[in-house]
Amino acid sequence: MTSIISIKNLTKTYSNGFHALLNLSLEIEEGEILALLGPNGAGKTTLISSVCGLLSVPKNTITIGGFDVSEDYRKSRSLIGLVPQEITIEPFETVMNAVSFSRGLFGKPKNSAYIEQLLTDLSLYNKRNQKNMTLSGGMKRRVMIAKALSHEPKILFLDEPTAGVDVELRKDMWDVIARLKESGVTVILTTHYIEEAEEIADRIGVINKGELLLVEGKNELIQRMGSKNLLIELQEPAKKIPTSLSRFNLTLSNDGMQLNYIYDVRAQKTGIVDLLSELKKASFKLRDLQTSQSTLEEIFVNLVKE
Amino acid sequence: MNFFAIIAIYKFEMARTFRTLLQSIISPVISTALYFVVFGSAIGSRMEQIENIEYGSFIVPGLIMLTVLIQSVSNASFAIYFPKFLGTIYEVLSAPISYVEIIIGYVGAAATKSFIIGIIILMTATLFVDVQIKHPTIMLLLLALTCVSFSLFGFILGIWAKNFEQLNLVPMLILTPLVFLGGSFYSINMLPPIWQQITLFNPVVYLISGLRWSFFGTADVSIHYSLLAIGIFTLICITIIGWIFKTGYRLRN
Repeated sequence: MTSIISIKNLTKTYSNGFHALLNLSLEIEEGEILALLGPNGAGKTTLISSVCGLLSVPKNTITIGGFDVSEDYRKSRSLIGLVPQEITIEPFETVMNAVSFSRGLFGKPKNSAYIEQLLTDLSLYNKRNQKNMTLSGGMKRRVMIAKALSHEPKILFLDEPTAGVDVELRKDMWDVIARLKESGVTVILTTHYIEEAEEIADRIGVINKGELLLVEGKNELIQRMGSKNLLIELQEPAKKIPTSLSRFNLTLSNDGMQLNYIYDVRAQKTGIVDLLSELKKASFKLRDLQTSQSTLEEIFVNLVKE
Repeated sequence: MNFFAIIAIYKFEMARTFRTLLQSIISPVISTALYFVVFGSAIGSRMEQIENIEYGSFIVPGLIMLTVLIQSVSNASFAIYFPKFLGTIYEVLSAPISYVEIIIGYVGAAATKSFIIGIIILMTATLFVDVQIKHPTIMLLLLALTCVSFSLFGFILGIWAKNFEQLNLVPMLILTPLVFLGGSFYSINMLPPIWQQITLFNPVVYLISGLRWSFFGTADVSIHYSLLAIGIFTLICITIIGWIFKTGYRLRN
């Protein structure tokens, strides 16, 4: 895989002295879906705005398709489509005109066939002659995606694309993103929804306080950083955990029928064999055993907390 | 040069004009027509000639200038302020387009609108008073230059304004008084000598005087000074806009 976006040591400080990004470096591979996670004010939108030309950045810090965003802004920006966080579309314009305007703005000649196909793909074709102000919130968001894709970009930035939309529309958006990936478009999205990143991303980046804490493949991240739970179901209720088992930091459920053991999958010895042996010695009768992997949300919360 | 972008912006802005025809074109034409009815036909017929010109005809260049200046500033300032207000400006700022192209698109559309309005007002004037133009080419050139230079000024205003109040501040509180005191309805030679000197600091005097010269061949100040004034004003506006885009003032952080 080759990098389509390369960010090197990007620092962004606003005029009020706030450090929005601190020495951030990131390589984004062509054709991948990268989800950027982070709490409010982490720097996600600043990062996107810097790449897309909405904020001034120094030379030699960001390249897109090999073109510097400051020096070769025409070439670099023509590769990008941006869907910002807020729904911002001209209310009195029709869907068709709004999308056609965006295409022209990015230096592309009129192509009615492409625009019509795009509107069809986004279930907007029947609304093409309606004014934007008459559309629902979900449809407006689709119009914004259509505008961002109108010039056939290689890279699509989605800044919290499903914020405030219902579950059904969110699933629709995920389908749209999956289709874009199939067509070779690189997608970078920011989100608050961990399940969104877990569902559609290839890689996940976590930003907090302007710093990129990590970027890693979604599965590797869960595998590497995740702890596992071993749930032990008992045949008879236990009143308390014997002191002989204290080193395992077990927790007992309220009804006394379940013991929970958390272990690190990366450790050479998980302690499961020892635990089972000690349980037998303490005369616990086991009914069943279940293991579960920690979720991305738990990993994210732990990272940001640190 | 990103010609498609220029055309896209230009067409988008012109479409707004035709969408709001009543507000954009019909409204200024009606209000100017009322000036002709009152000052041109009703009061004008009872007034003496000014510099051997019937009063009704004398005020035609001033009234054209009054509308054209205010419309140029309003059109251009609104054109750039509205996307800022809605947030849709992100699209222009993230597009592969230079600031020269942005200006050609927005200012070009705003200037075209005011030029059209100026011509409509001129045609409307012929319905009420006798209008003869001695130097039609110079008249069209002056009108076009004024539309462009004041649209550039309006563009600056639109970027500077933080709210609708500020947007209306300059046309209402500065431009309108300057036009009224710039000889729209009178010759500055009719003023006491001290006020004649003070009036020369009003830049609008040169514009009205220049346009009046193109109509009647006589004016308060030389046509060369009028052309020079428009040229200097345009240059100042271009310099400020260049600085705005270089620094990202109120556009990019």
